[in-house]
Amino acid sequence: MTDTTATGHLISVTVNGATAQHAVDDRTTLADFLRERLRLTGTHLGCEHGVCGACTVIVDGAAVRSCLMLAVQADGCAVETVEGLAAEGELGPLQRAFRDNYALQCGFCTSGFLMSVTAALREGPVRDEQQARDVLSGNICRCTGYSGLVQAVLDASREADGE
Amino acid sequence: MSDHAGAVKGMIGASVTRREDDRLLTGHGRYLDDLELPGALAAAFLRSTFAHANIRSIDADAARELPGVVAVFTGADLMEIQKPLAPKVTHPQLRDYPRLPMPPSAVHYVGEPIAVVVAESRYLAEDAIELIEVDYDELPAVGSTAAALAPDAPMAHEGDESNVAVRLAQSSGDAEQALRDAPHTLSAEFTVTRGGGHSMECRAVAARFDPATGQLVVWDTTQSPHYARQQLSLIYQMPEDDIRVIAPADVGGGFGPKAQFYGEEVVIPWVARKIGRPVKWVEDRSENFVSAMMERSQTHRVEVGFDDDGRLIAVRDLVEHDQGAYCAGLQVPSITTSTLPGPYRVPNIHVELLACYTNMVPASSVRGAGRPQAVFTMERMLDRIAEHLDLDPAVVRERNLIQPDEFPYEVGITFRDGSPLTYDSGDFPALLSGTLERLDYPALRAEQATLRAEGRLVGIGLACYVEGCGLGPYEGAKTRLTNQGRVLVTLAAAGQGQGYETVYAQIAADALGLDMRYIDVTTGDTSKIPFGQGTFASRITATAGPATYQAAAQLRERLAETAAVLLGCHPAEISFVGDRACLDGDVDKSRTLLELAQVANIGKHGITLPKGVRAGLETSAYFAPERAAYASGAHAAVVEVDPDTGGVTILKYVIGHDCGNVINPRLVDGQVLGGFAHGIGNALYEEAAYDADAQPQAASYLDYSLVSATEVPAVDLFHIQTPSPLNPLGAKGAGEGGTIPAPAAVANAVEDALRPLGARINHAPVTPARVVDAIERAATD
Amino acid sequence: MKPGRFTYHAPRELDEALGMLHEYGDEAKVLAGGQSLMPMLNFRLAQVDHLVDINRLPAELAQIRWAADAVTIPALARQRQVERSAEVAAALPVLTSALRQVAHPQIRNRGTVCGSLAHADPAAELPTVMSVLDASFTVASARGSRTIDVADFFRFHLTTAMEPDELLLRVRIALPPPGTYAAFHEFATRRGDFALAGVAASCRTDPSGVVRECRVAAAGVHATPQRLTDVEALVAGSTLDDTVLDEAARLARAGVHPTGDIHASAAYRQRLTGTLVRRALADVRTQQETTG
Repeated sequence: MTDTTATGHLISVTVNGATAQHAVDDRTTLADFLRERLRLTGTHLGCEHGVCGACTVIVDGAAVRSCLMLAVQADGCAVETVEGLAAEGELGPLQRAFRDNYALQCGFCTSGFLMSVTAALREGPVRDEQQARDVLSGNICRCTGYSGLVQAVLDASREADGE
Repeated sequence: MSDHAGAVKGMIGASVTRREDDRLLTGHGRYLDDLELPGALAAAFLRSTFAHANIRSIDADAARELPGVVAVFTGADLMEIQKPLAPKVTHPQLRDYPRLPMPPSAVHYVGEPIAVVVAESRYLAEDAIELIEVDYDELPAVGSTAAALAPDAPMAHEGDESNVAVRLAQSSGDAEQALRDAPHTLSAEFTVTRGGGHSMECRAVAARFDPATGQLVVWDTTQSPHYARQQLSLIYQMPEDDIRVIAPADVGGGFGPKAQFYGEEVVIPWVARKIGRPVKWVEDRSENFVSAMMERSQTHRVEVGFDDDGRLIAVRDLVEHDQGAYCAGLQVPSITTSTLPGPYRVPNIHVELLACYTNMVPASSVRGAGRPQAVFTMERMLDRIAEHLDLDPAVVRERNLIQPDEFPYEVGITFRDGSPLTYDSGDFPALLSGTLERLDYPALRAEQATLRAEGRLVGIGLACYVEGCGLGPYEGAKTRLTNQGRVLVTLAAAGQGQGYETVYAQIAADALGLDMRYIDVTTGDTSKIPFGQGTFASRITATAGPATYQAAAQLRERLAETAAVLLGCHPAEISFVGDRACLDGDVDKSRTLLELAQVANIGKHGITLPKGVRAGLETSAYFAPERAAYASGAHAAVVEVDPDTGGVTILKYVIGHDCGNVINPRLVDGQVLGGFAHGIGNALYEEAAYDADAQPQAASYLDYSLVSATEVPAVDLFHIQTPSPLNPLGAKGAGEGGTIPAPAAVANAVEDALRPLGARINHAPVTPARVVDAIERAATD
Repeated sequence: MKPGRFTYHAPRELDEALGMLHEYGDEAKVLAGGQSLMPMLNFRLAQVDHLVDINRLPAELAQIRWAADAVTIPALARQRQVERSAEVAAALPVLTSALRQVAHPQIRNRGTVCGSLAHADPAAELPTVMSVLDASFTVASARGSRTIDVADFFRFHLTTAMEPDELLLRVRIALPPPGTYAAFHEFATRRGDFALAGVAASCRTDPSGVVRECRVAAAGVHATPQRLTDVEALVAGSTLDDTVLDEAARLARAGVHPTGDIHASAAYRQRLTGTLVRRALADVRTQQETTG
């Protein structure tokens, strides 16, 4: 619950399953809070105006830009970041599909893609290339040309479907 | 490659999964902004809002007083480092203007840094930036090469008499006379506009000075850490050994702009030293839009002469190149001029370059580096020749291509390194014919005719290119058996996502005859290897690759020698099984790598090494190619144009690619396809527009469109491999070939689609508005 | 690209929120989805002293409400929530279709319908679609509440009829009478970009196929969504045959006076508006033929 303290607001936020209280100031973005305060540096800042998608995280089940949300707004929310995807220390199915399809090069955009696709696959399977491209279109990758990403989405969806 | 008995064979050429991926997929990458530097302060730069102005005064008092602000320095406060950042490639005739790290008295482009704030957080640093007041005396600015060359043009540098930085010409044969004599001539004017590198990670620099050792450690997202160190050493007047430049293990893309050396890289370490605290500057996207170097703006006035069969007789091209406010290097325009003839025989050629100063961000290499513009010019003209003679554009190309038996092929002009332009190897006809086969070209032309009859505007565009790559002077590698019993390959080169940790372990594995799981690769740290050039110009595989192979082969000899002494045999009898050096492959007669290190590297006090064992299992090699290698390729685009919106849909795309021998095929595919996406951006979307006052008009991703997965089509990609004779791996560069011909192929396809309307595409990118304007112009002509 | 200093407020009750807006006046800005405001704050193109975050207001402000003759979309209904509502898709398919063309899902997950309307970007989809619907906007302040018809709501680029202390509480859209068909067509350089132009069209036709009422509005060609009254007058009473469509496109081209920018000239946008008018009306005709 938001309380105004001497240093700002006291928020309670659940990040990758762990709930903790933090004092945050008025203007710190969720992205900076995750990176600087929690040292979850897997969430990257590529444009800070909501277009590139590198900072995408999942808040209460929905993929959002963490550069366009204030940390104080995450009070009471469940936030999922890339660090939560391989919780058991093993790559998850989507991460494996990324690796096996060479869906990353420099890796800077990768976390955002993983979170966007994770949220999309929870909504339902991705059946064909065009749908995969739609799912990917809210994130920018400058390295790969997307073909590996498209295949990774299709493979991960197929694997999720089969289970 | 490897002929060692019992060696683990064939890692070169294998699609090995990338070692980098696990950390990158779990959010554990180590990008510069992720590095924890206790006590580090955040920096932000105040940048010029004018394209051209004198600075009367800067008042930073309010900024300095803001709580949380530690220091503010204007250019005038740091006169000791205001030394010119030299052009990377220069020419005796260049009229050079010094590019200062943070100019104290005048600015020449919007975005030029003029003051730096160091504060407890980036938020506070930006607050302070807003409090700095600059009194500018605005001067007229130059916003294009056309404006730069106009009569009575304002001067990009006050008091100058001309905006021409350098005028250079290259000739072979007598183009003038040949054009006069040619049965047919055609001329045209093409323009290509600026685009940026747009690595997803912007630039960043962090630094820490240790007064006890006198060591300055600089973390830098640079593609060229050794170049950065050399420049810092010159400017700071510090020995190179006291400056350690580290390109972090993970850098979020480079694409050229990070290969340049910038004022911020000089200012941040100096400020860290001055105030005695670590300082980190992470460029944000709004800064990146106005201060990271970019390129592509060129106008080509080209004339071609040809015979009745479409064979080229002569090409003459006048290139107006937008050099930006300062010359950061002449590499881009000089590459343009040497790329113009491409894979074609051009008996007479004359290329003239006018590099102009403008009041825009300095121009420097962006993936493709001057080549896309040249290929655009040449390939557009080949299509115009085909149209003029009513020939098939594929046939015109076939008739002009250099043949496989003509290598080494001397073009007659010079390359950027000053050597005679000589193609080392290639099979250009195979690339073109393979591309046409995959298109099912005759059937596709028939289908196009049918669709045209139905009123649909479908076009086919071809573009062939060569890419000078793998150039010198050299690149180096060190290998060492560590005291933990692992082989460490140390490269000067720094990666930005190419997978060096994987690729160079593959190369070393083959040279060592050792499983790559015992091999580690480290990159981009000047303290670990003294000399290096950097990752740019698609050069690393063809330079650091052979260096790694040679160093690792030497290490293999050293390991075999050591094991042979210990096992009492001849080194030739040693091979590796797992991490054991075995006599005749027998693990019972073997020594582990750790044991070899313990004997040859560690030893014990007062105990001599076994007789015959040489101490220190370490080797190094520097590979210097004789000249640049030539990668090549052919692209084909099939597009449909909507004449009402000007929208272009790519229906099919084929790429034939030849980068010589391939180390890791999947990674090469990734390089080509990634470059291709960038090329599609240049072809259809990306435009760093400036207005007449040289104010940037596209300074966010709302105005500058990067392609997403929905804009990039699937590609039918094939490779041929003509090994380069210039290096022992036979490798050539792969980083830019996807980009270079894409704007030409797409523009050719769009103009082909519009042929029934007679519309002309003379400008890249081919935006919807330009398509519609071209159609309307054709209708009113 | 870090936002400047502001004081963040997260009122729990509407009265509290309106009290804050009343107190701070034009020193305050309402934060709903934040997908337009946050980029402006990050670029420091906008500076506010007080940010009034309405996301903590009672949950009913997020619930789409239905009446027999209207649907009401309140202040906190997310664009994606409305886009994915099967009821909205059945009753107002044009709204669903337009929402799908707004940026990307990651933006629509937080962006609100009312936020986009209050932001009043004339190139955006939602203000233009509302302009062809029977939409009315209820705005509230500490001084009371009032309802503004869509025709009076959009005043200028990023400017509405709302006072600084007012909050857009909800938009009410009257359900179109039977025989009404609507379409939204836009053309953007790249998927998810702002459109170079967009056109919404809505026609009520009688059983014989004659258009009884027509509304057409264009995005990206004026300081507000622009109603194309000449086109509307032409189409009303017609049967949407090809001649009418061609003439509608011509009138549309003549009726808009856009400005050029780095993406497209004024002439291009005029022409594109004509093309999109034709396409939107052709879409309406197809819907009418397939369902009518």
